[in-house]
Amino acid sequence: MPAITDSPRRRLTLFPNLSGAAVAGIAIAIFLMAFLILPVAQVLYVAFLDARTGAFTFQNFQDFFNTTLFRESFVNSFYVSAMSVVVATMIALPLAYITTRFNFAGTAAIQALGIIPLIMPPFVGAVAMSLLFGRNGSVNLLLNQYFGFRIPFMEGLNGVILVQSIHYFPFILINLSASLRNIDRSMEEAAQNLGSHGMRMFRRIVFPLAMPGYLAGAALVFIKVFDDLGTPLLLNVNNMLAPQAYLRITGVGINDPMGYVISFILVVFSVFSLWASFLFMRGKDYATVQKGGGGLSRRDLNTREKWLAWATILLILALVLSPHIGLLLLAFGTIWSFSPLPDGFTVQHFGTIFTQSTQYVWNTIIYAGTAALIDVVLGCAIAYIVIRTGLTGRKWLDYMATAALAVPGVVLGIGYLRMFHGIQLPFGLGQMSSFWGIIIIALAVRRLPYALRACMAALQQVSLSLEEAAESLGASRTSTIRRIVVPLMTGGILAGFVTSFATAAVELSATIMLVGRSSDAPLAYGIYLYMQSPAGRGPGAALGILAVVIVALGTYLSQRIIERERSRQSTISDQH
Amino acid sequence: MTQSKVGIRIEDLHLSFGDTKVLEGIQLVIEPGEFFAFLGPSGSGKSTLLRAIAGFGPTPRGRILIGDRDVATLPPWKRNVGMVFQSYALWPHMSVRRNVAFGLEERRMPASKIAPKVEAALETVGLLHLADRMPGQLSGGQQQRVALARTIAIEPQVLLLDEPLSNLDAALRVQMRRELLSLQRKLGLTTIFVTHDQEEANTTSDRMAVLDKGVIQQIGTPQQLYDYPANTFVAGFLGTANVLDGTHDGTHFITRGGQRLAVANPSANAKRIVLRPQNIRVSGSGEGVPGKISHREFLGSQIRYLIDTPDGQLIVDTLHATGHPPFDAGAEVKLTIDSQSAALLED
Repeated sequence: MPAITDSPRRRLTLFPNLSGAAVAGIAIAIFLMAFLILPVAQVLYVAFLDARTGAFTFQNFQDFFNTTLFRESFVNSFYVSAMSVVVATMIALPLAYITTRFNFAGTAAIQALGIIPLIMPPFVGAVAMSLLFGRNGSVNLLLNQYFGFRIPFMEGLNGVILVQSIHYFPFILINLSASLRNIDRSMEEAAQNLGSHGMRMFRRIVFPLAMPGYLAGAALVFIKVFDDLGTPLLLNVNNMLAPQAYLRITGVGINDPMGYVISFILVVFSVFSLWASFLFMRGKDYATVQKGGGGLSRRDLNTREKWLAWATILLILALVLSPHIGLLLLAFGTIWSFSPLPDGFTVQHFGTIFTQSTQYVWNTIIYAGTAALIDVVLGCAIAYIVIRTGLTGRKWLDYMATAALAVPGVVLGIGYLRMFHGIQLPFGLGQMSSFWGIIIIALAVRRLPYALRACMAALQQVSLSLEEAAESLGASRTSTIRRIVVPLMTGGILAGFVTSFATAAVELSATIMLVGRSSDAPLAYGIYLYMQSPAGRGPGAALGILAVVIVALGTYLSQRIIERERSRQSTISDQH
Repeated sequence: MTQSKVGIRIEDLHLSFGDTKVLEGIQLVIEPGEFFAFLGPSGSGKSTLLRAIAGFGPTPRGRILIGDRDVATLPPWKRNVGMVFQSYALWPHMSVRRNVAFGLEERRMPASKIAPKVEAALETVGLLHLADRMPGQLSGGQQQRVALARTIAIEPQVLLLDEPLSNLDAALRVQMRRELLSLQRKLGLTTIFVTHDQEEANTTSDRMAVLDKGVIQQIGTPQQLYDYPANTFVAGFLGTANVLDGTHDGTHFITRGGQRLAVANPSANAKRIVLRPQNIRVSGSGEGVPGKISHREFLGSQIRYLIDTPDGQLIVDTLHATGHPPFDAGAEVKLTIDSQSAALLED
């Protein structure tokens, strides 16, 4: 239970009373307990219970590893995640190297490359990718026609690896480039001064300094792929862990222990990779850029190198854009089967979704919008309590909210089903586990860590002296927060809102388990439903285009807000 | 660890960043074994000049000779000059020992030869016991010493120090600058020290060059520069100075306010005279220039007065002796000016 301790900034009170911050802190703690900690804890606990007697047992794990399908799923999930990291690294490394080491005109193209994949959820592009790269997809049809062979890009697990690494390589690119950029020029100059240069210097000094960033990005890719449900489901690859958990719970039933065992394994792996990436970063804050110092020096490319760089980038660009191109072809094509391109083009699929499926769009806007709002409110409150108050246990709010990172969507979904199953809501809202509001809460909990980071960053940029100045001029704590802190944080809060909104809008793994009926379903679920049948692919792709537009707009907006905020911050600090 | 000392000769060096000229017509001779300082305000080009000697930044026009070798167009890794960076630039992913060994490894020296050299370098800076620590575990002063050890381990011909003390706190700064100096004397390394702090330059260097706006303003020993500044910038940058306008009549300098000041080295072109605050005496009565105390600052060993005179406000320092009450603001006083050795300026 949070209580007040006297921090240097707080007036001593004779009688311990609950301040506004303490009340807010307790409320947030209760929310997180109810909708994150307890549901997940229950899932982990049930994995150890005998399904019939309720006694504690390891039998479920034994059953799990004695079943060929589950062993295979386990190995497959591991293999797919590891290979996705490898392929994503192969894509990201040359891009990061080119942008940070050379004066290169294509740097803008590379930056776009780092964003394009993120604006399309991987499962949306998955079907389009099989039409482009599948056994009878465009590329293989052409290869077979002209060269007489096919490449099994999309066969089984390969498809998941390809789709996932194309989608998630930006995590490595962004982290690695940031690390490279954060290396102070003097690090490199000191090496040159001592007689080192070229690739040898890159290998001995530059890359090791960027290593923590790379590993953090790689760990993130690993765990995202390991936990992902949508992509394997849409590619019809079921022998992986997350799809197995989903299929067991939805097919066999809420009491089937295998779903819980798989959830347990997913959580353990998530926690382990997050912990590993934390270990990589700990004590290795290699961000060495000095005040007034520059990043690594860049050199000009000669003509041959320039061609090589462009060729690399165009190749990667083609690969990265292929889900988008495929999706467009699918959305505007009539029939697309056994041919490199659709037979004809039409806007009919958009007509279909605008007449039949507008509820998906409205549901998405309401769900994601509300979830994002909850996230920034909670995010700001937690950030303020953690950074600016001396509330006992305040760090735990941060830990609890951040713990959502380690909880795969499937697991949260299963947790809600189990916990809220059979709880009747008043006012005729039905069962709590199938009530649409629970989807919003699931989305909010899933996106909270990101919004929280945005709010923390925004608050940290508000100098404490600005608040103290207001207080010394007679403003109360509340009115300081209202008139000084919140306005200064606006940019960060908005960016957090937009990011939460855009990513919640295309979330599938938790919502797929919680959608009670089709009329309550959001876009992502609608896409999933459509994509089940060949006839539904056209409208499904059209919905996918809508989803991409929403996420792209959101990403663009948050980018703009962050940039504007950054330029405002820098004008303020320039005046010193 | 000592080797034959080399001098540095810089001939007509020009350097620009794009269209901005940063260094213009630099001419400089640094004697073998000399401890030489580049002193100047920020943006004066002193760091750029040092970096040009090490081979960093845009390629300059002109010649940089280390010994007899023109290094101006060589890449940094072929110059064999040791540089200690302002930020120390210790690689955080390597232990102290590996940091120091780095330069020797790059010279493809066998490991059996590297180890004793690393230990000797660490011994020299007194940090052998911390050899297996990581840089992040060291204090600022210790990091500074590791940076030094790393540089001297490669036995460079020249040692370049870029504001090496600026990241240390005041007490440590004084200690480190003494250590730097004694190390330099021991190794006999030709050393260039960049600083914006005149006290650092004064206390360490044999000679120094004062830079402003990319141009060398004056070169000389610290005392020469203090006593005989070549222009108003140097006079003002090195210590506090009263600079009075006036004319010269062959034997005396006549200030605007009408004072006739006897000077030892007459110069017909003199337009200004530099009077150091401690060369003016204040008394309550007697002969002298009339003045009125405007402000008083107690500085500990000294008392500084701002005194209104016919030549405007003058800064005057008097030694503080316990038991002697100072003049109060508003007091009428007489000033005696020791102008015999005062410097005359022609700019």
